[in-house]
Formats: sequence, C-alpha cells, structure tokens
Amino acid sequence: MLIKLKGGRVYDPANGVDGEVRDLHVRDGRIIAADPSAKVDAEYDVSGRVVMAGAIDPHTHIGGGKMTIARMMLPEDHRGNEYHRTQLLRSGTGFAVPSTLAAGYRYAEMGYTAGFEPAMLPANARQAHMELGDTPMIDKGAFAMLGSDDFLLRQMAAREDFKAIKDYIGWTMHAAQAIAVKVVNPGGISAFKFNQRKLDLDESHAHYGVSPRDILLTLARGLKELGVTHPLHVHGCNLGVPGNVETTLATIRAMDGLPLHLTHIQFHSYGTEGDQKFSSGAVHVAELVNQHKNISIDVGQILFGQTCTASGDSMRQYGNTKSAHPKKWVIMDIECDAGCGVVPMKYKDKSFVNALQWAIGLEIFLLVDDPWRVFLTTDHPNGAPFTTYPHLIRLLMDKGFRRDMMQKIHPEAQKASILASLDREYSLYEIAIMTRAGPARSLGLADRGHLAPGAWGDITVYKDDADREAMFTTPEYVFKNGELIVRDGKIIKVVQGATHVARPDYDKSIEKSLADYFSRYNTVSLHNFKVHDEEIIDHDKGSIIVQPTGARA
Amino acid sequence: MPNSHQGISRPAATDRLNHDCVACPFCGLVCDDLGVASSAGRLQITKNGCARAEAGFTRLLPEAAPQIEGQNVALDVALREAARRLKAARLPLFGGLGTDVEGMRAVLSLADKAGGVVDHVLSRALYRNTSVLQTKGWFMSTLTETRNRADLVIVVGADLGKEHPRFFERVLSPDDVMFEGSADTRTVVLIGCGAHAAADITGKRIGQIIEIACAPEAIPMVLGSLRATIKGAPLATPAPAGVTEAQLADLAQRAKDASYGVIVWAPQALQFDGADLAVQIICDIVRDMNKTTRFAGLSLGGNDGVASASSVCSWQSGYPLRVSFASGAPEFDPYRFDIARMLDDGEGDFLVWVSSFGPEPAGPPATDLPTIVIGTPGIALHTTPDVFIPVGTPGLDHSGRLVRCDGVVSLPLRGLRHSPHPRTQDVAAGIEAAL
Repeated sequence: MLIKLKGGRVYDPANGVDGEVRDLHVRDGRIIAADPSAKVDAEYDVSGRVVMAGAIDPHTHIGGGKMTIARMMLPEDHRGNEYHRTQLLRSGTGFAVPSTLAAGYRYAEMGYTAGFEPAMLPANARQAHMELGDTPMIDKGAFAMLGSDDFLLRQMAAREDFKAIKDYIGWTMHAAQAIAVKVVNPGGISAFKFNQRKLDLDESHAHYGVSPRDILLTLARGLKELGVTHPLHVHGCNLGVPGNVETTLATIRAMDGLPLHLTHIQFHSYGTEGDQKFSSGAVHVAELVNQHKNISIDVGQILFGQTCTASGDSMRQYGNTKSAHPKKWVIMDIECDAGCGVVPMKYKDKSFVNALQWAIGLEIFLLVDDPWRVFLTTDHPNGAPFTTYPHLIRLLMDKGFRRDMMQKIHPEAQKASILASLDREYSLYEIAIMTRAGPARSLGLADRGHLAPGAWGDITVYKDDADREAMFTTPEYVFKNGELIVRDGKIIKVVQGATHVARPDYDKSIEKSLADYFSRYNTVSLHNFKVHDEEIIDHDKGSIIVQPTGARA
Repeated sequence: MPNSHQGISRPAATDRLNHDCVACPFCGLVCDDLGVASSAGRLQITKNGCARAEAGFTRLLPEAAPQIEGQNVALDVALREAARRLKAARLPLFGGLGTDVEGMRAVLSLADKAGGVVDHVLSRALYRNTSVLQTKGWFMSTLTETRNRADLVIVVGADLGKEHPRFFERVLSPDDVMFEGSADTRTVVLIGCGAHAAADITGKRIGQIIEIACAPEAIPMVLGSLRATIKGAPLATPAPAGVTEAQLADLAQRAKDASYGVIVWAPQALQFDGADLAVQIICDIVRDMNKTTRFAGLSLGGNDGVASASSVCSWQSGYPLRVSFASGAPEFDPYRFDIARMLDDGEGDFLVWVSSFGPEPAGPPATDLPTIVIGTPGIALHTTPDVFIPVGTPGLDHSGRLVRCDGVVSLPLRGLRHSPHPRTQDVAAGIEAAL
C-alpha cells in the first residue's frame, strides 16, 4: 500500500523543514523517499494545507488508578458530556476526566497520535496499562514513579552501592513496562506518611534522613548512567505553594549539568510579592531555564473552568483540598510505593490567584527561548483538559487574541503580570517543535514525531486557518501508521496504538534483595508485581515497541 | 499467566504440577502467595490456603454443556441463540458480573451494543462506599501500607475472619514489618464486630484487643459519639447501650496518640439501614484525625470480582456500575439502575447473568424474564434458563486479572488446569459477534 500526500506545506522541525511545499509518500505504514516508478494506491491533494507529524502529548494523566478514582467520584463531570455509540465507536463520557475510549477518540480527532501517562505507580502499573489498553487510536506509554518508594529510600538511607540503585531503577522500568521515570515531590509522599507536611529541597525525611536533593541527584544520575533517553521527569517540591519559585531555581542549580525535565513548571513558579503574597516567578524561571541547556520543561498551563487535579503528590494535594470544587476529594497512601490525591478544581478568571496562574504559564511559554526544551501541556487534567490545547495554541500564536483574553481576567492579576508586554507569537514551526519533534526527541521515540523516510506514517493535515484554535481543533486528515483514521475531525477507522517502553540493562541479581523485600513486607509477590508482556499483547490486544536506550555507564 | 515458567515447577515422572505465587480469586484480598498442585484436573492447595480458598479451589463441579432450554447444544449454537434472543430484548439487564477484568470488558462491550443496564450482584454493598466517595470523598490506605505502618487498627462491624480469612495473618500480624518500633505491635479495636470476632485475632503483632460491643444498627451512633468525643464536643444523647463514655474517651485518646491509625470496614457486612452513614462517619473521623496525625480508611469489599467490575465500568463508561446504555450513551443512576430493584419492580425485559467465582457462585434471582446464564457449572438456578453457557473460573481454569479490594493493586490470575469451558470474555464476545 503506497499513499501520497501531494503538495502540502510541511512543518518537520526534526529535519529542518519549515513550511516547504513537499510531497509525502507512505508505504506499508512508513514514510519513504519519493519513488517515481512506484504505483500510488491512494493520493491525497493537500495543497495549501499544513502538514505535520502526528502530535505527541508527553504528559497527560489518562490511565491509572487515580484517574479511575476521579471518574468514580465525579459523575457531574460526565453528565452532559456523553458520547453516543456509533457503528464504529463505543459510547463514553467525560470532560475533565473522560472515559478511556472517549479520551483516545478525542485525542485522534485533534490530530494527536501518542500520549504518555506520566504518573504510573509501579504498584498500580497493571491497572495503568489496562486503562491505556482501553484507550484506542493513539500510541501510549507511561513513566514509573520512584522516589517515595520505601525500597529506594532504604537503599539510599543504607548508603548502598550506586550500582544496586541503578539496577533497581532498571528493574522497575522493566517490571512496570515504563518508558521513563518520574519523581513526584521527591521523598515527600513518603514523608507525609510519617506526618511531615512539607519537605523542601534540603529538608530531611524524618525516617530515612535523605533529602529531596539527594533523591533527585540519585535518580537523575541513575537514569543517565542507565542510558535512558528521557531525563528524570520531575514534579518538584512544594507544588502550588507561594514562594516555591526559589525551590525550583535551587533545583535547577542543584543538578550540576545532569539532564532533568521539570514538569508542569507553572505550578512551581510562584513568588510571594504583592498584597496577596502571590506573584509570578516566571521571569526568574525562564532565565535560568534559558541558561541551563540540561533542563527541559513542560508548562502545565491552566485554563479557566471546571477540571479535576489528580497527582501522585498526596502531601501537596492534601494541602490543596481546601480549594476543592466541588467540596470532595480523595487522598491515598499506597503500598509503601507512593500515594495519590484527587482534588476537583475550578479555575476562575475573576480569581486573582487563578488569573495569575494563567498568566504565569503563558509568561513561561513566551520567555523560554528554545522551543525544543519546552513542551505544550496543561498537565491534563490538572491545569485543564487536553481538549483545550487548540485554545492554548491560539493564545501562543495570536497576540491580539491573547490580549483580548487578558482583558477578562482579574484586574490586579493583569497588573501583576508582564504578559501584556510580551509580543512574541509562536510560529507553526515552533508549535510543531513543541507538540511533535521536541517530545519525540526527549522521550526517545525513534521513528515518531518527524516525517523523514523511515518514520512511521503518523501524519496530521490541517486547513491553514488564521483562527488557530479552529485549525488545531479539526484536522482535515489524520493518519496512524499510514492508515487514514480521521477525516474532517471525525474518526473513520478505529486502531489500537502501541505501548512504548524502554528497557535499560540491569543486573538481574537485584531480584535477590527484591524477593526478600517483597516476601517480608509486601502483600504482592515479586513475580506477580511485574507486568508481563503477554498482558499487554494478549489481554489488552496491544503491542509493545521497545525504544532504544544508550549504553550503560 | 498460563505456562509462565516462573510459576510452575514440574516434578519428574508424574503429571502433578506445582504452582507457586498463585493468586486466589475467591475474596477481595486476592492473596497471591498460594501453592496449588494440579493433577488430572483436580486442584489442591499446598500452601497458604484458607477456608474460602479451600472451598473454591477444591470444589467438584458437575459436567456441563451449553444448553438451550435445558437441551445440550454445541457452544456456537448456544451463542447464536443467545444473540438472537438478546436482540429481541428492549432493555436487557446484565447482572451478576462475577468475572475478571477481561470478562467485564467483554460484557461492557456487549451491553453497550445491546443497549442494556449493567450492575453487580454485590453492588448494594459497594454503594455503601460509592455514595460516600461521590458525596465527600475519603482518605484511604492499602493492604501493604497498613501492614507495615498501622499502630492502631479499628475494625468496624465486620467479622473479618469469615469474609476475609487471611486479613489478620497477612495484614495485621505479619512476621516482618518495615517500621519496627512504630508498628511492631498494633492495638486492635473492634466496634460492633460480633461476639466471635476477637477469637480470630491472634499473632505476634497483635498488642491489645479492645472490644466495643454494640448491635450493628447502633454502629453509626457509636461512631458519631466517638467523633464527637475526639472533637471534644458534648454528646447530645447518651452513648448507645453497652458503650460507656469512658470507653469512648479512651479510644479518642488512643486515636490521637496513634502515628498511623487505620479504620477498617467491610461494606458487605454493614447490613443495616443507613449503613452508608456509618461509612461516612468513618471517613469523617479519618479526615478529622489527619489534621494532627496520620489516619486512613481501608475498605475490605471486592469479593466476586466487584472491584474489577466497578473499576472497568468506571474507566470505560465513567461510572461505577448501575449504568444504562439504553440511550446509546452511558447514563448513571444508582437508584434507577439497581438491577435487584429493577427486577423487583418489573423493569427490564431480559436478564443476562454472569457468575464465575464462588466458592458458591451467585445464581440469578428468581425472575420470569427470559434469561441467559453465563456461569460456573452447577450454579444454583431457580428455573431452567433460556440459554445456559458454562464458563471457566478465572484463576483456576484460565488466566485473567482481578482488582483487589483497595482498588489500587490488581493481580494476574493463572490457568492451573485444562478446562473444557470457554472464558466469560469469549462467550460475551461470541454473543456480540453474532448480534
């Protein structure tokens, strides 16, 4: 099967292609160089259209226990947001916390072909993969959470050989079927179980005596030495706390050149200036990110309206329960492994704090120079549901629209933000970096996020529309592995995406100490803790793509 | 997993297979440390059994074949006939739902297509919790966390030795705990658990056992009085019969002194009017306690696959059971789509009953409606169903996965023997394909 997309304006930043008119050829799922002698089976005239690789969301909470807790807790999120069954599609519901099938459909309809669940507790990995298995259309993957698990903290407290720590990180990635590792409030989820209510970068965990700084350095170094492509994915200390910008700046400085990805950095860029003791730290954060090439970020933009926050950060989410809207929430301590907190939230443009949060996110987007190191996220659903991405893209690409929106927010927040002075408008090329090429490179997806020969045929075609929100809401065509799956924003074929994992080498003898630990303390056996390949392949009717890792150092 | 090399050792010159790390599907704890030997289709527990597991793994099932109105037929004939009759239904009810994750996925797909209502046989118990979750939320723990951390465990209204036989051994009194010093022994408080509950609680980690005896229906009152005592509020009414203010004051002090208190309940055991109120007060006490120390709840439901059914239904439809697909989109109403009530009130015109666990698999309720039973051979039936399709039990006859009572951990189930019967997922998918 050979298909040809003729005459589109191609934005393929991984290959330096910036809006050039080109034909694309896809044979049996993969992009190939033009072959004039080959018979074309299907040709699509996309002249005048904008052609990009399928979009990739590197941080979206779409699968795992905390999302299903949120779904169970919030029937009001689903009522009025029903999706009817069709000949082709299963029914579903949900706005902020959509059901799994609905989430897959909505992503594909927006031109996304991959999404990554960033907070998979190893103890809950089986369920996370089952939910991702019921999320059709897109490729997926998940980041294993480490850093508040008692096994690692015991290793660190006992000053174990670094090799054993690396082996444990590698083992966890295999056992949980992960592509990357995330740390959430380093050590803080565990500290909360010991009744500590905050844990700043250099504070000591009451039981283990280790600090978040120790944990960050240990995991970041471990991943680098294991050859894992995606750097340590960090949800830092003090999420949402005014003044946390100092912690964020100190975290960047602490890394001493080690690669780090700071996620939803908007929630970690707050100062304490002004009458309300709440101010933007965006300028300082962006300045330091610009200086430190080892740092990448995603923003976690908030947008106004009802949503639900869901995080592994039980400590900080407990602190946020006072803002719950509606007034209900779930916090959990989980399996000597991690925790979670699910707190519904309504961001209001007339609230000073919410309005300034909105402005801080946009300031960061506009102040960070290098689009290769900043990814477009709302930390779905924490800042806003992923379905708001087209609106966010318009805010970034259209300064007139941005100023109009800014007029609507709390007047004191307008005054407290430098946003009105920022004239930058993102280009289509930069959007393609932030939503495709950048995430693919950062996650180590070898054949995704770009359009050179050899890449998989994940392609999105948009009508060029000055209203960028309309443009990015309804792509004209979406191809997945070379198959047309969406036409004019409607799904025409249902596919089951693959699960991407990374499998660094590790010394299997680590299972000796793990087996002892599990049999003494856990209520699950080591053998059953591991998610086996056949569960994803046979039970979930999925497939696994093992992405390359570098050599172990 | 079937054929998983790590789980099976094969002694020479015998057809007996020994399986280790077997997960047991017969209660919500899903203990996964069982040893099971299989020989000629018979299973025997060699390690870490309990009464429920023993009954489930070793039960002898009658031979069974697919049937249409009591007559044996081939499976494909039964599937086609089931589909034909289901297609004629205007509001089919999919009840029982005693199956694993894969079975539930297939049943939901079928119910979505057929425009039916889904509800679990134990959802009346489940909803004692769900109504609280949807009203105020909660603060919860899990089995491993409680096992290593709890220094005060308050059990409310349940004789756990019966429903979850190994809870005490595996969670309250394990050989090792991670945080020696804080949780090396724990105080166990029993509130309204019945006269025999204390007898089961033994082990080296059990410190003091304190019993607050009260009738089940007095439990909300006792909990409310305890909450008031903890908050230092005067009791508006005297403490319920058999409970003294001194006892409440003592317990309140112990709660305040605890490093990590856990309140345990089993929703299926709270069989009195207003049981959801008891769950709500438990969650309120936990919420209050967390202002100064650490506390969490732990609910031990999850039998008969109800945790799997509600989880899968939530992630696929958005709602934890009691969902109707009749309009073409999921509609949720915990009163209207309670299948037990619907059957009583003559709503719905067709029943599809799924039950593959046990040890005594739950049979369909007596009904005049045309019925398809997808169930364990020997399932108790009031009348001969229109179509009966015998299925294997997940974790014995075929592999699968099951969500544990805490809703966080799920475990792989293994096929331990050859079964002539299909899996529930095959049957549901077969009917859907024939629709």
